[in-house]
Amino acid sequence: MRKILPILLVLLFASFAFSQTDWIKTGTGLGQERVRLAVPDFKPVGADQQTTSLKKVFDTTLWNDLSSAGIFDMVSKSFYPLQVPGTPQEVNASAWANEPPKAGMLAFGNLDAAQQDIAVQGWLVDVNNASTPPVLAKQYREKASEESARKIAHEFANEIIMRLGGGVNGITDTKIYFISNRTGHKEVWQMDYDGNGQQDITKQGSIALSPRISPDNSRLAYTSFAKGGVDIAMYSLELNRAVTFPRFGGTNLSPAWSSDGTKLAFSSSRTGDPEIYIVDASGQNMKRVTAFKGPDVSPVWNPKTNSQVAWVSGRTGLPQIYMMDADGTNVQRLTDQGYAVSPSWSPNGQYLAFAWIRHYGPGAPGNQDIYVMDIASKRFVQLTHDAGRNDFPSWSPDNRHIVFQSDRRGRWQIYSMLADGTQQRELTQSGENTQPNWSFK
Amino acid sequence: MVHHKNELKQKQTENKIDHLEDQVKHRQMKWAMLIVTLAAIMMLGACKKKVQQAPAPPPPPPQPAPTATLTANPSTIEKGQSVTLSWETTNADDVTLGPNKVDAKGSATVSPTDSTTFRLIAKGAGGTQEATARVTVTQPAAPPPPPQPSATDQELFNQNVKDVYFDYDSYEIRPDAQSAIAGDAQFLQQHPNISFTVEGHCDERGSTEYNLALGDNRANAVKTALTQAGVSADRIKTISFGKEKPFCTESNEQCWQQNRRGHFAYGK
Repeated sequence: MRKILPILLVLLFASFAFSQTDWIKTGTGLGQERVRLAVPDFKPVGADQQTTSLKKVFDTTLWNDLSSAGIFDMVSKSFYPLQVPGTPQEVNASAWANEPPKAGMLAFGNLDAAQQDIAVQGWLVDVNNASTPPVLAKQYREKASEESARKIAHEFANEIIMRLGGGVNGITDTKIYFISNRTGHKEVWQMDYDGNGQQDITKQGSIALSPRISPDNSRLAYTSFAKGGVDIAMYSLELNRAVTFPRFGGTNLSPAWSSDGTKLAFSSSRTGDPEIYIVDASGQNMKRVTAFKGPDVSPVWNPKTNSQVAWVSGRTGLPQIYMMDADGTNVQRLTDQGYAVSPSWSPNGQYLAFAWIRHYGPGAPGNQDIYVMDIASKRFVQLTHDAGRNDFPSWSPDNRHIVFQSDRRGRWQIYSMLADGTQQRELTQSGENTQPNWSFK
Repeated sequence: MVHHKNELKQKQTENKIDHLEDQVKHRQMKWAMLIVTLAAIMMLGACKKKVQQAPAPPPPPPQPAPTATLTANPSTIEKGQSVTLSWETTNADDVTLGPNKVDAKGSATVSPTDSTTFRLIAKGAGGTQEATARVTVTQPAAPPPPPQPSATDQELFNQNVKDVYFDYDSYEIRPDAQSAIAGDAQFLQQHPNISFTVEGHCDERGSTEYNLALGDNRANAVKTALTQAGVSADRIKTISFGKEKPFCTESNEQCWQQNRRGHFAYGK
């Protein structure tokens, strides 16, 4: 934890280097340098077409994974020496360590997909200490396909990220669950963390909302209109079908898994007023934890302790973010104004991301933007600026990324960014896509 | 993307199948016409041959030609009733009624389910005689449709029960909505058999989850106002649609106001 903390703080509050806009960023640890990482395209073993095309997929994926990891200063390919190494013997360390590349680390290797398999050898070397053995030496073999090429690139990238990123696992093998209306109905979909491999999960032909993946990736809780009411539904990704979950009466929505997978918090209006309830993962042992007139909705657990819940309440008028102990005591209001919704608690327990129209009212400046609040100090930073409405942030398992929805280009689409607001990328294009939920691992 | 492609493919395949079916039908018709034509030619040929080959046979001994009559009484029945067939033949030694051999003269009771043409064939040395009788079977008149008071109830409901509109981010019944509530309550008390649903709706500006909760509060605010006015709670179902089913999709206040409402739907 001690090791990760400085990196996170840097990420969260830092990066003067990136700010080309007129808003101000403040933070700590701003002087800390990132590793300068050079990643030349891998050397093809054969010149056949399959190797060429799969190598392109591999090179692109590896570069994107490492550049979006948020912990490297990627050395531009235009600075690279002409001699591209395929094995450690071919590395001319000083050519990489000196200007112009001035790299600290070099990730390289070779790829062979001439036959039925794709075989990759990859190394990570410290070019300033050429005599030391490679930091990493890996080899991979899979059935040759684009999917395999991507998978191997993700795995190799994850190794590099873990080795150079303070031992924190990379997120290249994680998934994002979301709602898409591209079939004409709102259904639950999934995709890789980088937007690849989008596929539908539910096929109810009704309205599905608020997908939440279980910590072990086996089940998906969501809000469903399919049975004539608004109910929590459960889908098994192992059985590939809906599994039974109790109906509680009233409007039931916004389920949230505790990080140990044993409990769900959600909003239910079974008594005639939407309140927060907690049940076992089976739906049994229902406990009510709020009691205040007005909407209470969108609970999230503190994933570090599972002893606190943050949620949205309209008890004083416009919705605000609140926090309480999981038994309903120690209620604290976290936002002081505007329209604040959609909290997401960072996996390390320190931060809340949420959507906020901070200055609410006719003619008020600003829009609905994503903010991150440091819970201990209640200080917050604004991550999106001047780009339409932004909602439903969800943290990546490494605390370094946030996925969210934005209508900045007209229709709602899903974007990812670093937790300091930089490197915003559109992940979806087809139909309207909303309510992203990043898997726990 | 894949999905769309598949759909397209399926459509193309369906079109192809339609086309193939057309072709097959077309071919079948062609064949049928060919067969009819060939048969006609052959029959003509056969007739000619007979005429040519017949070497003036000795005239057969004159035989009396058979006669046949067939009557159905009554000739029109309702489905389920029966009809008496009576027949009479002369100069015949082989009499069939439909598929059955029968006596030269007789009667039978039948209950055809559909309109049928009965065929009596009398064969004798003098030739063959045929008689037919048509029995028309009518379907029993459908019972008059049961009166549907619910249809009128529904119409009355839709005409008289007025939706309740809300302010932004609010689920309080506005003063100007009180008259609508009072009118709704009066109608609903006069029609105590009607059960109904109050749907809570919100405009597009709020967030999806918060709007679902807010819509639920709106639906329940309407329900509470009605029960306070004397409408029984067990006649009322509530549901929230948040901003999932807007009445109006433009981004202006007029349209947003349309979408911030408690909407009444007949039945629950």
